[in-house]
Amino acid sequence: MAFGPYFLLASLEGLVTAAVLSLMALGLSLVFGVMRVVNVAHGEFYMLGAVVAWWVASLLGGHPAIGFLLALVISPLVVAAIAFVAERLVLSRLHYEPEATIVATIGLLYIIQQLALTFYGPEARPVQAPFNYRISLPWFGYSAYKLSVIGFSVLMMLATWLLLTRTKIGLIMRATQFDRETAQAFGIPVGRVYAGVFALGAALAAVAAVLIVPIQQAHYLMGLDPLLLSFIVVIIGGLGSLRGTVVAAVLIGLSDGIISMFFSPTLAKMLATLLVALVLVFRPQGLFGTAAR
Amino acid sequence: MASLTPLLITRDLCRSFGGLRAVDQVDFSLPEGETHAIIGPNGAGKTTFVSLICGRVAPTSGSVVFDGTDISRMPAHKRVRAGIAYTFQITSVFANLSAFDNVALAVQRRLIDDHERGLTSRALVEHGMDALHKVGLAALADKVAGNLSYGHQRLLEVAMGLALKPRLLILDEPTQGLSDSEIENFISLVRQIGEEATVLLIEHNMDVVMALAQRITVMEQGRVLAQGGPAEIRANPAVQQAYLGG
Amino acid sequence: MKIQTNLAPSAKSLALHAGVVLLLLALNFLLPEYHRGIFARVLVLSVFAMGYNLAFGYTGLLSLGHAMFFAAGLYGAGLPIYHLGWNVWPAFGAGILAGGALALVVGFLALRTTGVAFMIVTLMFAQVFYLTTLYFTTYTRGEEGLVLPQAVRRLSLPDGPLDLSDPSTRYLVALSLFTVVLAAILFLVRAPYGRSLVAIRENEERMRMLGYDVFANKLAAVVLSGTFCAAAGAAYGVLFGYVGSGFASIQYSILPLLWVLVGGAATTLGPLIGTLFMFYVIDTASSYTTAHLLVVGLVLIGVILFFPKGIAGTVRERWLRWLP
Repeated sequence: MAFGPYFLLASLEGLVTAAVLSLMALGLSLVFGVMRVVNVAHGEFYMLGAVVAWWVASLLGGHPAIGFLLALVISPLVVAAIAFVAERLVLSRLHYEPEATIVATIGLLYIIQQLALTFYGPEARPVQAPFNYRISLPWFGYSAYKLSVIGFSVLMMLATWLLLTRTKIGLIMRATQFDRETAQAFGIPVGRVYAGVFALGAALAAVAAVLIVPIQQAHYLMGLDPLLLSFIVVIIGGLGSLRGTVVAAVLIGLSDGIISMFFSPTLAKMLATLLVALVLVFRPQGLFGTAAR
Repeated sequence: MASLTPLLITRDLCRSFGGLRAVDQVDFSLPEGETHAIIGPNGAGKTTFVSLICGRVAPTSGSVVFDGTDISRMPAHKRVRAGIAYTFQITSVFANLSAFDNVALAVQRRLIDDHERGLTSRALVEHGMDALHKVGLAALADKVAGNLSYGHQRLLEVAMGLALKPRLLILDEPTQGLSDSEIENFISLVRQIGEEATVLLIEHNMDVVMALAQRITVMEQGRVLAQGGPAEIRANPAVQQAYLGG
Repeated sequence: MKIQTNLAPSAKSLALHAGVVLLLLALNFLLPEYHRGIFARVLVLSVFAMGYNLAFGYTGLLSLGHAMFFAAGLYGAGLPIYHLGWNVWPAFGAGILAGGALALVVGFLALRTTGVAFMIVTLMFAQVFYLTTLYFTTYTRGEEGLVLPQAVRRLSLPDGPLDLSDPSTRYLVALSLFTVVLAAILFLVRAPYGRSLVAIRENEERMRMLGYDVFANKLAAVVLSGTFCAAAGAAYGVLFGYVGSGFASIQYSILPLLWVLVGGAATTLGPLIGTLFMFYVIDTASSYTTAHLLVVGLVLIGVILFFPKGIAGTVRERWLRWLP
């Protein structure tokens, strides 16, 4: 294949990564933005989303689209419920003290991972895509499903943005983010808002996972890499900035797709991680964010 | 002992936060041995100004000269070792340590630099208790600082400053939140300190200012509005209008 | 009232620590083979935990990347032995140097950040280190790792070489390293430098305004901490004869955090207690279930929720105020 089409293919793959990544990073960013909690277990919510999707799809026979669509609804709900309970049982009792919550979410990470290994097993299992149409381009055929992932992610991002900026729920969230004490004084149930935000963040990771399982299989260790990538996205985009998160996700997704076509993936990951660490050291507000504290 | 060159000089000192000029072209000089008060309404830039002197905030432009040396670029900890001590506006003692251990941290730092005597357990106790005696907290030396009363914590804060044996002691609103009798004690304490060190005092309580200050600087909107002795300042119409409320 | 302050450990605490070391020495002759093996491993890994404790417990620097310092010691010692045929002594030195140098660079960069950013930056640097060990798989053989043959694991001493793979020798060498580091930390925390680290943890800005160079103090703490961890890594390599990238993975950054939290942050004996406790918890759990990660997770959450001061920290708070 000539360079041009090869590059196009790499870019398309990169965009798919970017789409899923921005959903997941959005969840992480939301939780950090409102609660000031770094959720290390975010990758496990993603993994859980994929595993539940497989479970739903495999319980249901019939056309793969039915299983998939059902998974797209059930999986985020299940994951959100688990996150909600974890928040109420653990995080809220730590009074959101940053270091304690990090340790606790690391604990959560191990628990979820181990439970997945015990009950789901070490195998990687696929979920069938809802449809199997290939769009033929002049140089290669490309999966229509992958393109629809991009589209659906954009829709989800828009929905989240509308939720945050146009609804009362979003207003309450922003008020809580802005000043916790005042919000409490105005009768906002801060505890429940936090639990809701934590659940919403987890649900976004689960949606990302359901979208990805027809492309990559569900596996109990699948959470780590996306977690690190989401950290990278959130940092580069500026912690807590929605617009920055999207821009950074596209940037990281594209460069990840393109770089890994030309370099060894390990080297690419090494350089990218190092670069991001240095960004955080020298420009802690992110490349796009304004001073985040 | 007032030498010819002032202990502290600032020239054209500016600091902006975003678009706001918190300190705007301040020229200021402080002779050795003087007790000097800075007054002005909230947001006049008083704390920012002394933060520029002690190095907690870096200047946007202009210079700070201490004892003949330009210290504008010197990091805060070196300025402290050069002899500028700062006591915090918001009480900032080590709440988990005893009163003595709080002061000992200051003594320890000074003794490390004191190559003659060096750092020993005995010197630490001697100098630490000395500082606590001065502020009248010696009897509470082994009490955990966090459990001390607010007034005592303020005194401990001053003791930490004194333990550094500074040439210039900056007190940022030291009497805020103190009762009247505590303020009485405080005035005599600062008078005592003023005999050995130069004192720069930010203060809202005008009785304290008038009782202590040999000279007063009035700040408003980041600038120096007026400067002079207590009587002069009291008589200054601009000051009366802006600050003393007529 | 008489106020006293000691810049060296009190007689009581010296006696306690000497007693602990003597007890550990006696255990070499009393423990059954299997448990002696576990204890030898625990001793080396507690050195890792003590190094971590210096940064996290005393200085308040929550690093999520200390595996890189342990692994730097491991590889710094293991690679020259394996590829260049170095002796154990210089290799051990190389391991420590590698860890110290890495800590200096990482500390210099990472300490420009604080709090959450510091955690993420250290995590990322460690991840880069881990990926590096995978990338140079020709030399490191990645996850599979290198096995150091018994023939080269000999410590040359004036009166003949010591075979480090012998269980008793291994135990005693591990105990020696443990004792040296424990003593160093015991004296350090009473010394002015140790006190200033704790004070920096409590109130950084106040320390700066008392004339302390906070950055330099923290950097020194990170370098010292990294050096101790590297010593543990180098010792682990030569004593147990295995050098693999698994030790550079995130899990080995989390484990010392877990051990220190369980045992008690900012206590001298906490790291030993925590490491020992977790080893036996996991060992016991493994005989019932393979799900040992579940135990790790549950203990992490349990400790942070109910015993945030850890075992030794709780003992100190409730009963023995003088415990260092």
